[in-house]
Amino acid sequence: MTLTIGLTHYLVVAALLFSLGLVCVLGRRNAIGLLMGIEMILNSANINLVAFAHYIVHDITGQVFALFVIVLAAAEAAIAMAIVLSIFRSFKQIDVTTTVELKE
Amino acid sequence: MMESTILTWIIFLPLIAIPIILAVPEEKKRAIRLIATLASALPLLLGIYLLIIFDSSNTGIQFQHHFIWIRSFNIEYFVGVDGLSILLVFLTALITFIAAIASWGIDRKIRGYFSLFLLLETGMLGTFCALDFFLFYVFWEVMLLPMYFLIGIWGGPRKEYAAIKFFLYTLFGSLLMLVALLALYFNSNPTTLIDGTPAEHTFNIVKLIQENDFSTAAPLLGFEFTKIIFVLLFIGFAIKIPMVPFHTWLPDAHVEAPTPISVILAGILLKMGGYGILRINFGILPEATIWAAPAMALLGGISIVYAAFVCMAQKDLKKLIAYSSVSHMGFVLLGMAAFTNQGITGAVLQMWTHGLISPMLFLLAGVIYDRAHHREIDGFGGLAYQMPEYTGVLGLAFMASLGLPGLAGFISEILVFLGAFPVYRVITIFSALTLIITAAYYLWALQRMFLGKLNDKYSNLPDLTWRERFTLYPLGVLIVILGIYPIPTLNLITTTLVSMIQNFRV
Amino acid sequence: MQQNLTVQWLWLIPALPLFGALINGLFGLKIYRRYGEQPVHSIAIFFPAASFIITLIYFIQLIQQPAEFRQLLCYLFDWIRIGSFSIPMSFWFDPLSAAMTLMITFVGTLIHIYSIGYMHKDPGYWRFFAYMNLFMFSMLTLVLGDNFLLMFVGWEGVGLCSYLLISFWFQDLNNARAGMKAFITNRVGDFGFTLGILALLWALGGNWLDSQYTVLYPERLTLVFREIEKFAPLLVDQKIWGIAVPTLVCLLFFWGATAKSAQIPLYVWLPDAMAGPTPVSALIHAATMVTAGVYMIARLNFLFALSATAMTVVAVVGALTALFAATIGLFQFDIKKVLAYSTISQLGFMFLGVGVGAFGVGIFHLLTHAFFKACLFLGAGSVIHAMHHAYQQMNNHHNDPQDMRNMGGLGKQMPITRWTYLAACAAIAGFPLMSGFFSKDEILWKTFSNSNTLISGKILWVMAATAAILTAFYMFRSYFMTFSGTFRGGQATEVHLHESPATITWVLRILGVLSILGGIIGLPHLWHLPNLLEGWFEPVFESVSDLLNWHEYSLTAEWTLMILSIIIALTGFGFAYILFKDARSRIPVRFKGMFPGLYRLAFNKYYIDELYQSTLINGSIIFSKICGWVDTYIIDGLVNLVAFFGRVFSWLNGLHDTYVIDGAVNGLAYVSGKFGQSIRRIQTGRIQTYIYVLLGGGLFLILVRFIL
Repeated sequence: MTLTIGLTHYLVVAALLFSLGLVCVLGRRNAIGLLMGIEMILNSANINLVAFAHYIVHDITGQVFALFVIVLAAAEAAIAMAIVLSIFRSFKQIDVTTTVELKE
Repeated sequence: MMESTILTWIIFLPLIAIPIILAVPEEKKRAIRLIATLASALPLLLGIYLLIIFDSSNTGIQFQHHFIWIRSFNIEYFVGVDGLSILLVFLTALITFIAAIASWGIDRKIRGYFSLFLLLETGMLGTFCALDFFLFYVFWEVMLLPMYFLIGIWGGPRKEYAAIKFFLYTLFGSLLMLVALLALYFNSNPTTLIDGTPAEHTFNIVKLIQENDFSTAAPLLGFEFTKIIFVLLFIGFAIKIPMVPFHTWLPDAHVEAPTPISVILAGILLKMGGYGILRINFGILPEATIWAAPAMALLGGISIVYAAFVCMAQKDLKKLIAYSSVSHMGFVLLGMAAFTNQGITGAVLQMWTHGLISPMLFLLAGVIYDRAHHREIDGFGGLAYQMPEYTGVLGLAFMASLGLPGLAGFISEILVFLGAFPVYRVITIFSALTLIITAAYYLWALQRMFLGKLNDKYSNLPDLTWRERFTLYPLGVLIVILGIYPIPTLNLITTTLVSMIQNFRV
Repeated sequence: MQQNLTVQWLWLIPALPLFGALINGLFGLKIYRRYGEQPVHSIAIFFPAASFIITLIYFIQLIQQPAEFRQLLCYLFDWIRIGSFSIPMSFWFDPLSAAMTLMITFVGTLIHIYSIGYMHKDPGYWRFFAYMNLFMFSMLTLVLGDNFLLMFVGWEGVGLCSYLLISFWFQDLNNARAGMKAFITNRVGDFGFTLGILALLWALGGNWLDSQYTVLYPERLTLVFREIEKFAPLLVDQKIWGIAVPTLVCLLFFWGATAKSAQIPLYVWLPDAMAGPTPVSALIHAATMVTAGVYMIARLNFLFALSATAMTVVAVVGALTALFAATIGLFQFDIKKVLAYSTISQLGFMFLGVGVGAFGVGIFHLLTHAFFKACLFLGAGSVIHAMHHAYQQMNNHHNDPQDMRNMGGLGKQMPITRWTYLAACAAIAGFPLMSGFFSKDEILWKTFSNSNTLISGKILWVMAATAAILTAFYMFRSYFMTFSGTFRGGQATEVHLHESPATITWVLRILGVLSILGGIIGLPHLWHLPNLLEGWFEPVFESVSDLLNWHEYSLTAEWTLMILSIIIALTGFGFAYILFKDARSRIPVRFKGMFPGLYRLAFNKYYIDELYQSTLINGSIIFSKICGWVDTYIIDGLVNLVAFFGRVFSWLNGLHDTYVIDGAVNGLAYVSGKFGQSIRRIQTGRIQTYIYVLLGGGLFLILVRFIL
């Protein structure tokens, strides 16, 4: 165990965050919770990108990519919210296990 | 005249009339009947003309009409007549004409009836004239389907059963014929078609007879070629003769068929079998014919006597007459199998005389059926009082059928006996028993129906109408005249038949 | 050798009655309705009479010829011709056929005349005469035909006419049955006759070796009598199935004759034939048709003479029949039945005559028999006519006018009938100087002295003589029962009896005279008188005269036999006189009581009819029913069985098609559906599931990458 915070630490954090996000996505019933999970997954990817950019590539490609991802995540979150709102209007609830009309 | 289109006209004139009939509306019954009768009268007139100009001393084919039909299979349209077929062609035309007149009694769907009738006539005339085996087969099949409908639609209570029985039974025979036909084709020698093109094989019957010797052909299914082909063809024709034991379709077909169709069936269709054997089996497969002759004679003899006994047991007049047809056609087989001049002349003459007598009998059965709506022999009695003219004509027909000397039937029967005796003594002696049995069943039927006290139910039956007279008297007169003066008919056939038999002089 | 003279109009002899038959047959009803009986019978009599005249003319022409030329041939045309084989339509007038034709036309015309009176007022008048004329045509064709087939036309034709005339009053089915019996029995004989023709023709033309026939002499293939006569001797050594050809062929022809001429075993139709009108019985069943068999044998003398076996058979059957029938005739009550059995018996005599080789004598008896038997029948008809008339006047419908027990004393009312009947009786019994005496005595003598049969002529003579006594006896019995004594039917009926009209009585007179005087043509040599008939027939029978042998006996023997014949006749007469004159004697009744069994046996014709019925006839009917059953249930059953199997097979095919093939198709669809259904479950609509799957798939891929 070293005291310096290296790449590995960031990767582990990102992986943990990813798993947590995955768990949220797979395990939560609430649609907004699910979306939060997606945000977490995206952010874990961001961490990975930045970490790799700093420690391996030594330029700012990763950071710029991460900025893009943030913007896109925001846009996607907005749309996802809109969809959730729309679902709420139809189903009066946003429980993903019960709103399964598409299965046919 | 060696070349002529007259036969084609004779064959196809009835066919041409069919669309005309179909165009006439169903209500105009008179018009339909007249057109149809005219359409069957024309071949008769042409047939009479043909008889007059036929050259009796020529043993070859006359009035040929020969051209290529389906080149890729070497099938030609080849029609012609010789001594064997001329009389049968004329008989066909004559009996169809009489049947057409008798058909005026049919009341429903007469357009369909007469169309099928004329189609049948074309088929029959074509079969007797065809000299290309494939063409022969086509015409043969053309006869089947109209008969099926004619029996099945306009027939009696069990018409469907009778029609399908007739159809399938004869079709079975035709299939055997087809196999044989193809086998002969593929084993035939190369020759040329009418326009000179060379052909690998041929269906031409004349060529098959004259230029082909099938005794050297390869065995088929393990049997000697000529023998198995003979058997296949023979069964096909024997069904039509009809020969015991392949005869059981006939009583049902006759009983259920309407009168004019019975007339055609008995008068013409039954002759196809005998004709086929003579034209094809005798001509193309002579060695096999010699081999099979004793069996043919035996079966002929059995047909003659067995069928006569069955006649005695019948209660329905039409069935009795049907079985008597089986009995009489046995003579044809017996006469053929003997290979003597008298025998074969008797056989062909029997076809002709039976072709006159049998229609007369069926017309007479139809007369009483039209009046009383049944044909139970025991259901009548004393009819001679009520219908003396009918009794007289029927008596004449019965006498002709039992072979009373002086009438036409005797000549053919005695010729068959004379011809068959030297070769098949025992069978001929056995067959001669029919003299007694035939007299017994006819007289017994006559007695039960016409003699004794008049059955009160029938004290109002009318005697013969003019239409019935018109169909019956010509036949009757012919039968009487031919009994005394058969020479014209004999002259027509003997030259060809005698030369046909020459090959069989063992 | 014999020469033929060609003549042109001989064919008119049979043709004219045919023409008459056609006119009356086709138009008779109309003529009868419009103009009555006269034109009908005038036509019907004109034609046979014309035939008679023409026959006479030709007969005279024949007499004028020297013996070798006494044959007239009339060739019309070829009836059947196939290559070199031909059967001509030609008629031949030689001494034999001339004698027959004269008798047939003469007696025939007489009987036609008789029928005018007898059939008066019968509704079938025109039909009767049409049939009678048709019969004349057939019979004349039979005797004038120059070949077997033409003779056969006549042979069967007379059978047909016999049928038509026996069942003339067909309202009573018994008459119809009698007619049918006659026709069928005749056909049984024709079966044999036809076989005889077949065997003869081919035996002439070649022979059989181990069942293989070869034509050796095509020029000998003929059925013309005079040509066969030339070739006949060549047949002697030929055999068919081990039997000499002449024997076989003659036996077959004789078989035909037993039917036509009512001999044992095919005589059974003749007594029943009495159901027909009496003129029919007289013409057909006495004078002409039944004699055809005798004529046939005489015509074929050249064949029969070659076979001692056949001749013996003929003679024995003839003698047996003569005796047998006579015993039956003894006890019959129906006058016509008596005459019927007497006919059978006399025919037996004729066959005996030709059987021993005395062909001409057999024909002589045929001719005399025609006269006296026709006279007897017509006389009986006259009696029956009178009785019938009397019964009608008395409204008596149940007494039989033919039963002699109802008669008696008719001689008073019907003198002409009575005397002619008596004359004919005397003739048939063989009273000296009557026609029957000469012919019968000659037959007896020839039988006695013959050495052509394998059985001694003496035995045959005894049988024949016995039959002769019996004949004399029962014939006079019938005479006495009918004409002598007092009428047994009561005075009231007797008043209505009277003699028959002139058309009947004149015919009886003529025939009666002929019965008495007819013997002139055949006077015996014994009396040093010329035998005209023998000389007349000489050309016909001379060819066989060397083949026939006769014992030489002294004149004493011949005279003895002749006197015996006379004694026979007188004895029979005497017994009948004692027993039946005026019905005084009680012996007949007592006789019945003494031998009841024998009496019943004879009276019931020895139950032969019943025997035939139960064996042959019922047997045939049963056999035909069996055949019918076999045909419907076995042969057709097989066909229907094939059809049934066809239907079963196609039903199975249908099942196969529906369940197996279609099943496969449906199964495929089902499987696809089920598969689809199961796959569908992937679409849960739940995002989380999809992400699980994504993850899982991704992990799987990574794992795979690491492993491989």
